[in-house]
Amino acid sequence: MMRYFVSRVLVAIPTLVLVSIFVFMLQKLLPGDPILVMAGESRDEATIQMLRERYRMNDPLFMQYLYWLGDVLRGDLGTSLRTGLPVTELIAQKLPVTIQLAVMSMVFAMLIGIPAGIISAVKKGTVWDYLANFVALSGLSVPNFWLGIMLILLISVNLGWLPASGYESLWNDPVRSLQTTIMPALVLSTAIAGSLMRHTRSAMLGVLQQDYVRTARAKGLREKVVVLGHAFRNALLPIITLSAVMFGELLAGAVLTEQIFTIPGFGKMIVEAVFNRDYAVVQGVVLVTATAFITINLLADLLYFVLNPRMRASL
Amino acid sequence: MSDMTATLPPRRRNRSWAKFKRNRSALVGGVAVLIFVLIALLAPLLPLADPIKTDWLMLRKPPSDLHWMGTDSLGRDIFSRMVWGAQASLQAGVISVCIAVALGLPLGMAAGYFGGWTDQIIARVTDAMLAMPFLILAIALAAFLGPSLTNAMIAIGLSAMPVFIRLARGQVMSVKTEDYVEAARALGLGHIRILWRYILPNIFPPILVQATLTIATAIIAEASLSFLGLGQQAPAPSWGSMLATAKDFLTQAPHMAVWPGLAIFIVVMGFNLLGDGLRDALDPRDNG
Repeated sequence: MMRYFVSRVLVAIPTLVLVSIFVFMLQKLLPGDPILVMAGESRDEATIQMLRERYRMNDPLFMQYLYWLGDVLRGDLGTSLRTGLPVTELIAQKLPVTIQLAVMSMVFAMLIGIPAGIISAVKKGTVWDYLANFVALSGLSVPNFWLGIMLILLISVNLGWLPASGYESLWNDPVRSLQTTIMPALVLSTAIAGSLMRHTRSAMLGVLQQDYVRTARAKGLREKVVVLGHAFRNALLPIITLSAVMFGELLAGAVLTEQIFTIPGFGKMIVEAVFNRDYAVVQGVVLVTATAFITINLLADLLYFVLNPRMRASL
Repeated sequence: MSDMTATLPPRRRNRSWAKFKRNRSALVGGVAVLIFVLIALLAPLLPLADPIKTDWLMLRKPPSDLHWMGTDSLGRDIFSRMVWGAQASLQAGVISVCIAVALGLPLGMAAGYFGGWTDQIIARVTDAMLAMPFLILAIALAAFLGPSLTNAMIAIGLSAMPVFIRLARGQVMSVKTEDYVEAARALGLGHIRILWRYILPNIFPPILVQATLTIATAIIAEASLSFLGLGQQAPAPSWGSMLATAKDFLTQAPHMAVWPGLAIFIVVMGFNLLGDGLRDALDPRDNG
């Protein structure tokens, strides 16, 4: 177990290093010289030199990268040009909002995608199967920012059931918090629900053909027990690991959804940073998202290992 | 396509085509894509209103005989903007996937074929790129390159590239041990010739399927970037930017928001159905 864990972590390290090089290079690829911007209109030569020294711009690129990486490892992702606040602090403020949205979306996606996948597999070739497939493909094809706009139009503008925008923290006012996040979470869940449905369907179809399912049926067990107790339990493994991987994607998917529903989360922050040319924030967000993504993938691998007795036995 | 069909044995090719024709949802997807492609290609020839001409007397009018889909916040004809927007969307979808394939395919093939350090380096870079979520990577690249449709296409193409590297690498690894590749090697053919003549045609079907499905993703990504103001720039029409404008006039002119989203939905669904159909039709396990 420990050996497997260590080997997976060792593989993740070069990936993380490469991500950090890429994020560092993003800043270097920028058109224009940031030092000239900092020096202001006068562009006094002494000031420019002083700034170059302070920001180690005269050092070789590789050394600049090492200094930057050292700062990152100490938790210093730089300072936001726009707000003057440390990027780490900004991310720490916004990330919980997006995580709340992502968790709610994942719950919706599982509640919709998994039962739809089971029904579709059990009733293969029937109208239910076609319907579930159509809904899944629609979920994968609908641009979620448009779905968000349509839901606002229908549910907020016409029916007045839920607020069209805004956010309230779960700790301050749970009811209001759910009211403001239920629509965006639903919108964010569509593609994941579609994907989960398709994977559940194919995992279930594979399991339903296995001998032990036939044996369970031959024993005279009720169909519900066969499907849920025997087949689904075995199909669940890839679904759980897939859900873990998809959770990382939700963080990215939140970009547009937060924009539509004016939710002050991680996604909205990157868009604002892009428009304010606040590159330290853009770099910070890309780095944190990629690290989260790699970590979640690693955890999904380990989860698969822990949950799968055959994998454990093979070591 | 010609490369692929040239290498599939005629019987298998016919079987794939017959299977594709039997798949009704794939045909529906294909027809939807074809209609949008024709609309985009014929846009300059159609008797349409000027898509960027404003009319202050016709602001936010609902659909009518004169303006089939109504007018937008600047009095521009939405139908005309939709047709020209189709051109931008499809162009972005196809060109960005071409960029992704043009860069990803050779890299993936080199990694799979040569193995060793070449593979290690390319595979690790691919892992790193795949670790950065597609849309965030595209937004970051588009932001650093500067907002324009061309830069959006480059950003989307670069972001989609690692998928093709990984796919091509895996496919080459399974094909390179086949007898016909060994035979070509025994004949003393060069690496480039073997890759181009013997390996590429045999890994093409899955690449084609992935490319079709990625066009769907790229169209949504372009619409997303244009929605955020990082793609097509005003006043040129694009479905994403039309939706961004529509969002501000939801109560006064809801019709503005309906059409562009519906078009994205239909064309993306079309490419997804087409891609799924191609995958089923070209799957050798099902073709015997």
